Amino acid sequence: MLSVQGLKAYYMTRHFGVQREVRAVDGIDFEVLRNEIYGLAGESSCGKTTLIKTIAAAWKPPLQIVAGSVGFTFAPDILRLAPAELARVRWKHLAYIVQGSMSVLNPVRRIRESFVDFAFRHLGVARAEFDRRVSAHLARVKLDPGIVNAYPHQLSGGMRQRVTIALATICRPEFVIADEPTTALDVLVQKDVLDMIREVQREIGSSVLLVTHDLGVHAHVADRMGIMYAGRLVEEAPTRELFRAPRHPYTAHLIASLPRIGDRTTRKPLEGSPPNLAAPPPGCRFHPRCPLAMDRCRAEVPPLQTIGAQHRVACFAVNA
Amino acid sequence: MSDSAPLLEVDRVSKVFTRGGLLSRERIHAVNDVSFRLEAGRPEIFSIIGESGSGKTTLAKMILRIETPTSGRLSVRGTDVAHIHGRRAGLAFMAQVQPIFQNPFEAFNPLKPLDHYLFMTARRFNGAADETAAARMADGALLQVGLSLAEVRGRHPHELSGGQLQRVAVARALIPRPRLIVADEPVSMVDASLRMAIVNLFKTLRDELGIAIVYITHDLATADYISDRLIIMQRGRVVEAGDARSVLADPQHPYSRSLKSAVLLPDSLTPAATPA
Repeated sequence: MLSVQGLKAYYMTRHFGVQREVRAVDGIDFEVLRNEIYGLAGESSCGKTTLIKTIAAAWKPPLQIVAGSVGFTFAPDILRLAPAELARVRWKHLAYIVQGSMSVLNPVRRIRESFVDFAFRHLGVARAEFDRRVSAHLARVKLDPGIVNAYPHQLSGGMRQRVTIALATICRPEFVIADEPTTALDVLVQKDVLDMIREVQREIGSSVLLVTHDLGVHAHVADRMGIMYAGRLVEEAPTRELFRAPRHPYTAHLIASLPRIGDRTTRKPLEGSPPNLAAPPPGCRFHPRCPLAMDRCRAEVPPLQTIGAQHRVACFAVNA
Repeated sequence: MSDSAPLLEVDRVSKVFTRGGLLSRERIHAVNDVSFRLEAGRPEIFSIIGESGSGKTTLAKMILRIETPTSGRLSVRGTDVAHIHGRRAGLAFMAQVQPIFQNPFEAFNPLKPLDHYLFMTARRFNGAADETAAARMADGALLQVGLSLAEVRGRHPHELSGGQLQRVAVARALIPRPRLIVADEPVSMVDASLRMAIVNLFKTLRDELGIAIVYITHDLATADYISDRLIIMQRGRVVEAGDARSVLADPQHPYSRSLKSAVLLPDSLTPAATPA
């Protein structure tokens, strides 16, 4: 459904004649299959938002695509589409749920008007039929169709997030990108919204690229997962396998350090902090914090290698 | 202040906010009749768990004297917080009860170097006479959180990671040698690989420095990991209270149960939630 190959996207800035590049996405290959939820995890500033902006062809300077390609089944080379073609693809085939639902919903327009703004031209139906579909779709995400007359501020955070999910899925897009869709929500609402995303995804048979730092969220809904560290993918596996048998030392640490109710064994923190992407360490970017680091890790970049069914790891210690 | 009095006593405290004008006045019970007590001489980590709107932050603000209770009594080591007046008494209170906030990037002024805050705290609360004395106190506090003044001096908030910055915030709170730290969602903005370092730090403060901690959170898992006792709040009221381990192992109130069932964790992978 989606194929990303050798993608590199850097922020290029120039201050007082000094060129500076921040390698936010530095060589990423992965695929998202039809009808699956692919979870992308990583800490803040590991490049995950940059990656999905690029995939959605929503990048702008100073971010530049340095190498690689992004292809969807409906848009084989989305990075080179003309703006008019891109506008046709967006929302009908590719929907993007950005972080923070309030920023998508226009605060001075009623929910009904937001639906018209986003989806009317893509659906190509008469206004009465459009209104009927909006009502039916809102009911599907368990919202009262009457809320079309409300303004965003009159709705709770959970309701607003459901509205954005309804907005993103009303055209039955083949591909949905969701960036931290539940981060600002209360725990009880979060679970509802995730179940909702899963339900809608199954019903319309789309693929979802779900991006969040919260491993609990991935455990709950993702079919497969990729773990990003400092601009690169370090591990990828089916969710269950990743939690059961993580191979990369970074993944293993993240999973071992998750607090669990009833388990009070002391969690060891990871030494150091994530690298500065303007001056990343040579070789494997995790080596300064890695308990298994060898000489080779300081010099060479470990490739992402297949080690089992659908399981890929970028680590010399594992692939040796 | 007496040594036998409880460190913190919250006695039937309520906070009511009023909203609206003359005709449509609305009263909101942000905190409704909450009582608990932390004993002196037995430092513990006490968690206040709740979702947004549960009143947990309002309660924290009342403990910190940022808000005044509408009714009820709040006392720290036998002194009624409502009877603290004037700058000197205020400072004496603040030296004993220190805050740590949710977002370290908002707690520090981005334009000022971090050591400025540490030195200012040392001067104000510990009466550090000059820069050397202040630097010594700042360095001592930073060492307790695994940093040093050399790493922090002259640096601005954006130069540190969220985890490091939150440790600087903890170090700042340690300078006045407080008896109690009130931490409002201290790890929710910190990355996963650094989060446990902060949480472990709270345990160290309790065990080695004898500081009691009021840990405010919506995250049941970290609360279970570090706290001795807890209360669970819903719309301003305490719905469940007790020993952290037993409450979280077997919550009794329906609201506590629903909170626990909403925890998303790998062990909660059920056939319904995983791909067919």
